[in-house]
Amino acid sequence: MRRAISAAEAAVLIPDGASVMFGGFMGVGTATRVVQALVERGVRGLTIIGNDTARPGVGVGRLIEAGCVACAIVSHIGTNPMTQQKMIAGEIEVELVPQGTLAERIRAGGGGLGGVLTPTGVGTTVAEGKQIITVQGREFLLELPIRADFALIHAHEADYNFNLTYRLTATNFNPVMALAADCVIAEPDDVVPVGVLPPDAVRTPGILVHHLVARPG
Amino acid sequence: MDAKQLIARRVAQELRDHTLVNLGIGLPTLVAKYVPPGVEVAFQSENGIIGFGSPPPTGMEDPNLTDAGGGFISALPGAVSFDSAFSFMLIRGGHLDMTVLGGLEVDTNGHLANWMVPGKLVPGMGGAMDLVAGARRVIVAMQHTARGRSKIVPKLTLPPTSVRPVSLVVTDLAVLHPTPDGLMLQERAPGVSVAEIIAATAAPLLIADDVPEMGIVVAEPMMVR
Repeated sequence: MRRAISAAEAAVLIPDGASVMFGGFMGVGTATRVVQALVERGVRGLTIIGNDTARPGVGVGRLIEAGCVACAIVSHIGTNPMTQQKMIAGEIEVELVPQGTLAERIRAGGGGLGGVLTPTGVGTTVAEGKQIITVQGREFLLELPIRADFALIHAHEADYNFNLTYRLTATNFNPVMALAADCVIAEPDDVVPVGVLPPDAVRTPGILVHHLVARPG
Repeated sequence: MDAKQLIARRVAQELRDHTLVNLGIGLPTLVAKYVPPGVEVAFQSENGIIGFGSPPPTGMEDPNLTDAGGGFISALPGAVSFDSAFSFMLIRGGHLDMTVLGGLEVDTNGHLANWMVPGKLVPGMGGAMDLVAGARRVIVAMQHTARGRSKIVPKLTLPPTSVRPVSLVVTDLAVLHPTPDGLMLQERAPGVSVAEIIAATAAPLLIADDVPEMGIVVAEPMMVR
């Protein structure tokens, strides 16, 4: 049986310069204990992939203000003025990706697809440098898969086999990201014995999860 | 009447029974207060829920239950939650009957710009590009002018959100319907003349034979159940 690790141990696994997917939407559904441990460790040069950069002091917003991030691949930075300041100052590179396209690119990365065809972004700046493919008379953008070195997953419950459940709007990008990284680290709110989680309730099979972060306290 | 409330009330008249609707952040959110009596609408929030309700009482907030702006919400009986990939399959796949979005500019072709002002403001598109590309009806809810300048323009000066024309534009002065020949002035706000609308609009307008006042149900605001 595998043991759980501390948030600090998880942060040590992630080297400077790594690419890291973060579940979360405005900080909701983000593995905040590992984020805090990364800030305390003083990690540098991360490429972060996720929906947004939350707000100052919230979720991955803490990594932005602590200077841990070199590149952000996100759909939105409008709620974090610090990301905008650092982008204008040239300290952070930002790639903006439409939200649905981001989810699909990650899904493609985790599901072994060579990309996805989406109508979103055709004829806009998002299409620059991308291949247009016409299917049944309609134009689509070819969007390429995304994978990362690490995925930091926030879960509702985990069991001793690392099976994961999610809860309400904290689900967001977490299930797709759990397939799209070389090393998957999950931070659950609660841990229960094997057999407690009904098979239908498990969204991420524990075999996909490399490390589980122990409950606080 | 306050301009934003007027716009929200008029947009609410577009809601149809048993439909799935996504409201953008800001002004569009107000539409939920004016759902016409007898009309049942399922509201989607793109962060992963259908069937959300008004914020819970103080101290009862659930950190795992929020809207797309990160604000605390409640869930109605029968609500469902899902992940981001599914949420955008709903949006792009033709399952979303209507979306209401804010706007920075709309042009003669019905094209919308609402996600960046080069050199000034780069919030990002979030879900807006997917919503305009995929929702069955796209309604823009915005003020007609900003700092005295028309937001209805002959041709977009800002980067477009999509090349797909929107379905309807509702402002504090008028209701405009994009057609292949240009923007048709369909309705005017209470007490506003056609001449005043033309004067406040940078884009040429097609004028319908009859331009009635907006139909707005003047009822007390309802809370989302």
